[in-house]
Amino acid sequence: MSTVSTPIAATNPALDKDRMVDWLGIAPFMIFAVLFLIAPTLYLVVGAFFTPDGALTFRNIADLFTPGILSAYWISIRVSVASALGGALIGFFLAWAVVLGGLPTWVRSGLLTFSGVASNFAGVPLAFAFLATLGRTGLVTVLLRDIFGFNLYGTGFNLLSFLGLTITYMYFQIPLMVLILTPALDGMKKEWREAAEVLGASNRQYWTMVALPILWPSLLGTALLLFANAFGAIATAFALTGSSLNIVPILLYAQIRGDVLHNANLGYAIALGMIVITGVSNILYLMLRMRAERWQK
Amino acid sequence: MNLQRFGAWGAILVGAVYFLVPLIGTLEFSLRMRRDGYSLDAYRSVFSDSQFHQTFGYSMLMALLTIVFGMLLVVPTAYWVRLRLPQMRQVVEFITLLPLVIPAIVIVFGYLRMYNSSSILPLTGSVTGTNILLVLSYITLSLPYMYRAVDTAMRAIDVRTLTEAAESLGAGWGTILFRCIFPNVMSGVLSGAFITLAIVMGEFTMAALLNRPAFGPYLQLVGANKAYEPSALAVIAFAITWLSMGLLNLATRFSKIAPARA
Repeated sequence: MSTVSTPIAATNPALDKDRMVDWLGIAPFMIFAVLFLIAPTLYLVVGAFFTPDGALTFRNIADLFTPGILSAYWISIRVSVASALGGALIGFFLAWAVVLGGLPTWVRSGLLTFSGVASNFAGVPLAFAFLATLGRTGLVTVLLRDIFGFNLYGTGFNLLSFLGLTITYMYFQIPLMVLILTPALDGMKKEWREAAEVLGASNRQYWTMVALPILWPSLLGTALLLFANAFGAIATAFALTGSSLNIVPILLYAQIRGDVLHNANLGYAIALGMIVITGVSNILYLMLRMRAERWQK
Repeated sequence: MNLQRFGAWGAILVGAVYFLVPLIGTLEFSLRMRRDGYSLDAYRSVFSDSQFHQTFGYSMLMALLTIVFGMLLVVPTAYWVRLRLPQMRQVVEFITLLPLVIPAIVIVFGYLRMYNSSSILPLTGSVTGTNILLVLSYITLSLPYMYRAVDTAMRAIDVRTLTEAAESLGAGWGTILFRCIFPNVMSGVLSGAFITLAIVMGEFTMAALLNRPAFGPYLQLVGANKAYEPSALAVIAFAITWLSMGLLNLATRFSKIAPARA
């Protein structure tokens, strides 16, 4: 017995040293993550519950529910929901068209390549592109007026508004949906359709009773991802509307720049609210993705 | 079946119109500067602006530093997690995805509070310090993309066998990492690098709030003050994104050939 236990005891210190080295290997990454990702975020989260003098308070959180801030959250949520749903719907049809629509392969590779580019074409230049297209002197506005005698801005349309921002955001939302959903549609097995058809299902029945029940976690999950994506975006809106459209990131930007709310810790509470909203939608996304992966084996 | 194909073409057509019209509109608008017809005047104006050269060069340099230091952080970490700490894989992956969850404006807000001139680490107190902080913030932003690209490339190679082979030939850790692992995940490093380039070149929030003269804030400034130049800049920015993604595709295609040789 003792001859067996001795070698183990003897290697233990060496083993510990090995384990130490193991953990040291990811120490730089962990230090970086704590210093430049986790701690700055926690700083704001904790600060949201304190007064500038350092006393514990829920006042900042309560102040989020004042009309000015609430309306900023509300318009942000509306733009994010609208652009996520629009992006998800159009993106779904595009992905469906290239995967199941029987189109030539160049359409598919073309769409996927373009989606890779367009999903990264956001920020300030995207705002310029839409100003040049749907702005007051934009190409589409001018063409509609000169050829069809239709005054787009006479209908009350304004690019610097909820609708304008939604249409603009969809330019990066749709491609993102296409990129995520195409693999999910590829995973739909031909046998499922054949089995449904053998059992006498119509095309409609196949979609409502087989395909959509399998796809809905992917669809809803990706829509949530798009929502979070739009919610945190600021550059496009800022370049498009200046500060005339009061969405949360722009309000926070103004607060960081000049303490427009006259309470630094209220700024922390706004940041906390953003983290909670994007965090919850991402957690739901992860849960739905796990559900979706059950069928992708 | 015919109806289905009809619908598919219809969807593609609608998509193509939505995606191409803004590009055409931007291009057309950028050529409209002269009243008597199309010209490249807007581009000439952009290229002759010294601010354009300075901010473009600045952002390029920041992108380069972000890629170099980001990769020096990400590649050894991904390697180490695969080799020695598989139990930490989910934790590390979760951390790398956090920048997609926490909005950039929140992260930089935290920096401004934590690293201001009256803190222990007063990075925003000096120009060099702020530049360093900007690079670090860009590494944070591109972490999800860099890590995934490198980790995917690492999945294709047998990290353990490569390490043991190198060790048995007497290689130290530095040699293993830089002459063995890095070259084998080059495709991942490159694709991560090009997406980082695309992100950093257009980035606005971090640079604007840290008050650095980067390309993104410059774009915004031009947009607020000029009529035709913004469109020309949008065309240029789109070309940069397209170029980055083209190089990225090239890098991933290269990776599909590489493992066959190994």
